[in-house]
Amino acid sequence: MDEEYDVIVLGTGLKECILSGLLSVDGLKVLHMDRNDYYGGESTSLNLIQLYKRFRGSDKPPAHLGSSRDYNVDMIPKYIMANGALVRVLIHTDVTKYLYFKAVDGSFVYNKGKIHKVPATDMEALKSPLMGIFEKRRARKFFIYVQDYNESDPKTHDGMDLTRVTTKELIAKYGLDDNTVDFIGHALALHRDDRYLHEPALDTVKRMKLYAESLARFAGGSPYIYPLYGLGELPQAFARLSAVYGGTYMLNKPECKAHDRTCFKMEELSSPAMNFPKCQVEFDAEGKVCGVTSEGETAKCKKVVCDPSYLTNKVRKVGKVARAIVIMSHPIPNTNDSHSAQVILPQKQLGRKSDMYLFCCSYSHNVAPKGKFIAFVSTEAETDNPETELKAGIDLLGPVDEIFFETYDRYEPVNEPTLDNCFISTSYDATTHFESTVVDVLNMYTLITGKVLDLNVDLSAASAAEE
Amino acid sequence: MANMSHNNLNAKLVLLGDMGAGKSSLVIRFVKGQFLEFQESTIGAAFFSQNVSVNNATVKFEIWDTAGQERYHSLAPMYYRGAAAAIIVFDITSMDSFARAKKWVQELQKQGNPNMVMALAGNKADLEDKRKVTAEEARIYAEENGLFFMETSAKTAVNVNDMFYEIAKRLPRAQTSQNPAGMVLVDRPAEGSRSSCCA
Repeated sequence: MDEEYDVIVLGTGLKECILSGLLSVDGLKVLHMDRNDYYGGESTSLNLIQLYKRFRGSDKPPAHLGSSRDYNVDMIPKYIMANGALVRVLIHTDVTKYLYFKAVDGSFVYNKGKIHKVPATDMEALKSPLMGIFEKRRARKFFIYVQDYNESDPKTHDGMDLTRVTTKELIAKYGLDDNTVDFIGHALALHRDDRYLHEPALDTVKRMKLYAESLARFAGGSPYIYPLYGLGELPQAFARLSAVYGGTYMLNKPECKAHDRTCFKMEELSSPAMNFPKCQVEFDAEGKVCGVTSEGETAKCKKVVCDPSYLTNKVRKVGKVARAIVIMSHPIPNTNDSHSAQVILPQKQLGRKSDMYLFCCSYSHNVAPKGKFIAFVSTEAETDNPETELKAGIDLLGPVDEIFFETYDRYEPVNEPTLDNCFISTSYDATTHFESTVVDVLNMYTLITGKVLDLNVDLSAASAAEE
Repeated sequence: MANMSHNNLNAKLVLLGDMGAGKSSLVIRFVKGQFLEFQESTIGAAFFSQNVSVNNATVKFEIWDTAGQERYHSLAPMYYRGAAAAIIVFDITSMDSFARAKKWVQELQKQGNPNMVMALAGNKADLEDKRKVTAEEARIYAEENGLFFMETSAKTAVNVNDMFYEIAKRLPRAQTSQNPAGMVLVDRPAEGSRSSCCA
């Protein structure tokens, strides 16, 4: 370990693993460490014993839940938009060969106390019970406008400059009522709150197109795909990419945290006789990162990439996610018997400031034993009591076998990477898909390398091969 | 997972063993028929496929090399997931590498699929004058632990193809797929129709 690296990556969460992979492929010398003895950090998937250890302080889960190793319970549950940014990164890096995916069965929205399929096309709009007969026709016209919209072809713009016209103004032109706007904005464009109404409409139109194109891609019931064995496979696959291109991996490195010491001082401290037990990020006299010390050895580096837990004095809390993890023996009721599904509960439907999400997957994606389903209810926390706050979502699940509650804080970096060469990821948000995750990764990649990752992979040529 | 359709069988095969035992050299000998005296540590390619024909069937091996992640014991569970076969490689000129091969066998028994076909390869058999591990000792260990044993040389090609052929023969034929098959996203035009997923 006493070597010099271009980049040391701390934490093996998905963001860190994608970056580690991209940087190794670029030819940089990467050392990747994690304080845990498993891959994935916050974005790992746990088996049943690990789940009980974490939430119940016991390593003896009840026998009726089945074998521990049949469980892969995501700690950050999200789906992958079939035409979205993560799929582009997977194809760009050829990491797809390590992973198997299946489409997600259904995508739903909660409206006036009921669960409805999300209508994504003009044809589906006509069939949806979400709207009355006249509203359906207005919605259909709007859907056709969005489907035909092509940013580079002004003829499809209908005289509107969507970089200036707000979403509210665009919708007003089609005369859609608030109820329709609610599901379009939250369940199709996947906005988390209502700020989008006053922002330029282009973003919302692009998001709707992404949803519709993703839905069309695999002819499933949703625009989403999900890996067999759970999301914990993703960081492992990108870590393998990094290793294949020369990245060095060390797990189970004790507590890695920032520390205010200078490098030359640390070299004295890190002599074997001192037997220094901690792993810490080292800075030089100018405050630039210069290495990481763990178990008495210092690895020098030019840059550090890490999740917020490794440099706690360079991040600030920006929010909190409340969630429930549920094991049950049936699909979410009223979702067409979907063995994997998402249900979005728009904020207005619940009188909240942010949306709530139900996420369900099961043995059909190899994340639970036969007959078992894993459901998550999550939202940006508005109170300190997740049990009460999540009740509206939990009530939709029907009887549960087991339920675990948790809140976790979200952090974002406050440092100036050009001054200290520390590149810190933002905590995972409560959204149900990976679009914001990949945006953060791509921005970090550009900050680290000064380059923009070209993700113009040929999605139309890419397809799914049956194995 | 070994999946059979008609007379074709896809089988994931993983390599285990310490750095320098010759894991990559064995695969490169098998897949490309080449040997490099000073094979660099595995960089850039750690995924190979090669077909073997046995008894009217074709076994397509998808071979995973460790990509160096074994060095600090950081192999991911994904590595073992669904593997139908494993080759544990040691260097017959190093008692240490044999001792560590036994550790890898234990790890496999813990993490791997119970029906996995396991082969123990005593590699560098061309270095007879430097031998430290006797064939008898390795054979007895292999028998006691349900592995089959061969001494190989990636350098002279002795027993390399035979070992893969023997694994192919031993793969359970009508292995019922325990898991629903998923799809692989690929960046090339799909062969045949644009495939739908989810059988």
